[in-house]
Amino acid sequence: MKNTIAERIADFIKNFPPFDQFSKKDLYCIAKEVTITYLEKDENVYVVGEPLHDRFYMIHKGAIALKKEINSKMETVDRFDEGDIFGLRPLFAKENYAINAVTEEESILYGIPLDTFKPLITQNREVVNFLIESFASNTENPFSKELHGSLYDNRLDVLTNDKELFELQPVRYTKKVITATAKTKIKDIAKLMNHHRIGSIVIADDNIPIGIVTDEDLRKKVITGIQSIEDSVSLIMSSPVLCYPKGVSISQAQLAMMKHNVSHLCVTADGTPNSKIIGIISQNDLIVMGGSNPTVLMKAIKRSNSTKELKHIRKKIMVLLAGFVEQDIPLTQTSKIIFELNDATVKRIIERCILQIDKKPPVSFAWMSLGSQGRKEQLLHTDQDNAIVFENVKADDLEEVRDYFLLLAKKVNKRLNAVGFDFCPADIMAKNPKWCLTLDEWKDQFNQWTSNTGGDEILMSSIFFDFDITYGDASLTNQLSEHIFEITKNNHLFLSKLGASALRSASPLGFFRQFLVEQDGEYKDFFDIKKRAIMPIVDAGRLFALSNQIKNINNTAERFEKMAELFPENEEFYLSCSYTSKALLKFRTKHGLLHNDDGRFIELSALTKEEKMKLKRCFKTIARVQESIKLKFNINNYM
Amino acid sequence: MFWNFKKKVYPDYWEAYLHHFEKKEKKTLDTSRFVALDTETTGFDFHVDRMLSIGAVSIVRNEIAVADSFEIYLEQSHFDPKTVHIHGILQYSKRKKSSEEDAIKKFLNYIEDSVLIAHHAVFDIKMINQSLNRMDLPNLKNKVIDTMDLYSSTRIKSNFIDKRAHYSLDDIAEAYSINLTDRHTAPGDALIAALIFLKTTTILKRKKSFKLERFFIKSNRL
Repeated sequence: MKNTIAERIADFIKNFPPFDQFSKKDLYCIAKEVTITYLEKDENVYVVGEPLHDRFYMIHKGAIALKKEINSKMETVDRFDEGDIFGLRPLFAKENYAINAVTEEESILYGIPLDTFKPLITQNREVVNFLIESFASNTENPFSKELHGSLYDNRLDVLTNDKELFELQPVRYTKKVITATAKTKIKDIAKLMNHHRIGSIVIADDNIPIGIVTDEDLRKKVITGIQSIEDSVSLIMSSPVLCYPKGVSISQAQLAMMKHNVSHLCVTADGTPNSKIIGIISQNDLIVMGGSNPTVLMKAIKRSNSTKELKHIRKKIMVLLAGFVEQDIPLTQTSKIIFELNDATVKRIIERCILQIDKKPPVSFAWMSLGSQGRKEQLLHTDQDNAIVFENVKADDLEEVRDYFLLLAKKVNKRLNAVGFDFCPADIMAKNPKWCLTLDEWKDQFNQWTSNTGGDEILMSSIFFDFDITYGDASLTNQLSEHIFEITKNNHLFLSKLGASALRSASPLGFFRQFLVEQDGEYKDFFDIKKRAIMPIVDAGRLFALSNQIKNINNTAERFEKMAELFPENEEFYLSCSYTSKALLKFRTKHGLLHNDDGRFIELSALTKEEKMKLKRCFKTIARVQESIKLKFNINNYM
Repeated sequence: MFWNFKKKVYPDYWEAYLHHFEKKEKKTLDTSRFVALDTETTGFDFHVDRMLSIGAVSIVRNEIAVADSFEIYLEQSHFDPKTVHIHGILQYSKRKKSSEEDAIKKFLNYIEDSVLIAHHAVFDIKMINQSLNRMDLPNLKNKVIDTMDLYSSTRIKSNFIDKRAHYSLDDIAEAYSINLTDRHTAPGDALIAALIFLKTTTILKRKKSFKLERFFIKSNRL
């Protein structure tokens, strides 16, 4: 019987080692017996001491971390993503698993049964060696990471928190090497560099490296007039090229560059200049690997050319964030830096999508980030909320123009999701035709929400009014802000309703000064910090900003600081609100990092006494804010 | 006038199929076998149109077994050139095809008493039932679940934000970033439905109140 699914699975696995070594027939044979599992984030594939499975695994989608207790702390020893295999222990050992395999994101795994696999490999020395080395390097000994790079061609890099081990990691090198022949004219080399936005080109003869030319060579030997741009590149190239095998460690590469005073190394099949080129390592690559420093990450984002790259950078951003929180860097700074990095990621994705569509936007537009990203309060992975506003166009052209932006939005939303910003479950995304509107359509929409206001309209206003421009024409978003202030000015009815909604969640403390926890559902007995503490203060900030016509400030803490400035007589009160909003956000971030989630639900029993006191102090401020809203906006009529 | 009071006699393969239902086990996510399926048809008219192919995969304990999948192509008496661009199955292609009865026989043997899962399941099951009825057989006995119902109940319930009652397979696959390479082949769509089933049930079973039976489609709709 024909088995279409097995054929597709064979098509997938053949791209990754060791399956690239298998015949078509054998691949199909394996694929026919594969089992497919879906696992949520943070689920165990297997744990230490568990009896061996009758199969090993390949990741079709998602990511897996291997974790081990080292000095009574769970440490991540290795990470795998799409196309990597893991769980090879049953191939080589009889004892139970010695390591935990945990999903780092939701994953689809292919289980490859040993009974089918084993008979196919006995004849294939290369495959067996590959498997033995992989097994030795990734399950048993965390210190043998330098082996790792030689085994996993498709890995981008290894993320690790053990700083001591960092230098021993293999360098991630660029695999798409741009080469030219020795006869190429210098000016064509320069054009090639420009085209690919790179600083060096390897000169090769039938894929064997014979020299390298960098922008420094151009500066020193051509612009100075020593050589003409019509000359051939062989006159200015450096030769021979320093070559290394793949798997060279970071420290080795750094030393080599320092010793020889060069900025590039060539990676060849056997590590000598006599074999084929397989990659190139630049000084810049080393710096980027060197870690999580905002400037480097920013540069990496701007240069990134694939969604996968951005996804890896985003993981580093999370490492950076964890470091900030651990070192108690003030939240104002932390959130600004993380915001800028997130913002740059979104910008880069939009840029690349426009290039990909291969057609300039028909009219000017702006990409708006809404909700927490709009308020610069998005630190952890949370949902994406966004929308597009574009210039008013003639009715005849409207749908055609909208179609362009919907297409763009669809691509951007999809890539954002791939990078780690989940789809908005309520579909508040630019790809939704309801939120991809012209300036006038947006104005109408806002008019509607503020003139005929019910519960849903208040909800929508509270999401959409905190927008921030991420990409495009700021005059559009400015006009939109102006409009909001115009229609809410003196609109007491709307403001009162907005006020009432800020009081929706009752004070987070119960009658006996106990925390109010969730009564049922998945998070029974957890404290919902978003609903009970963050939302009330954010809502209050928005309400004060609108009613006092505070423009262009979306951040809750900054809104309250502005209030303190406007009303010096209540300075102390507003500053405490500002402090509270920051403290709560930090709380959420810390817990999110701890549990690798969005930090919304807090397990009270895990809090220290001090943390509980701190939270309760925040709640006092929330209660005061709510009290003052009640008085100012004459809420009782709407409750 | 002569009345035949004798019980109607069904072919052996139908009796064998019925036999599986005698154990009357309670269907649960962790113990039962599920079969995700899709049919490609010549069109949407239950009386005129016919099945071109059936594709299916089984799920046991949250695991899709590729080895336990099903794929069959049917000989065609009715042919509508208008739908060829969707399913890509030609009337006289070289692919090996089975007669309708043979296909049904193999299909019944494959599904046993498993819970059937499909996207817009009513359509596929009705198509299969029509085919059974043409052979003088009754409707399928299996419990049936529509992946669209599963998906809808994972969504936020607000009549303002998301009022849609209809999600296509493409909508959901996109929301879940499921690869769409084999869209519009019966086995490909069956696999997508199986993945959606795994994902939605993982989300839904977090709630204590989750009951699989709630999603069984009433037999009078099939």
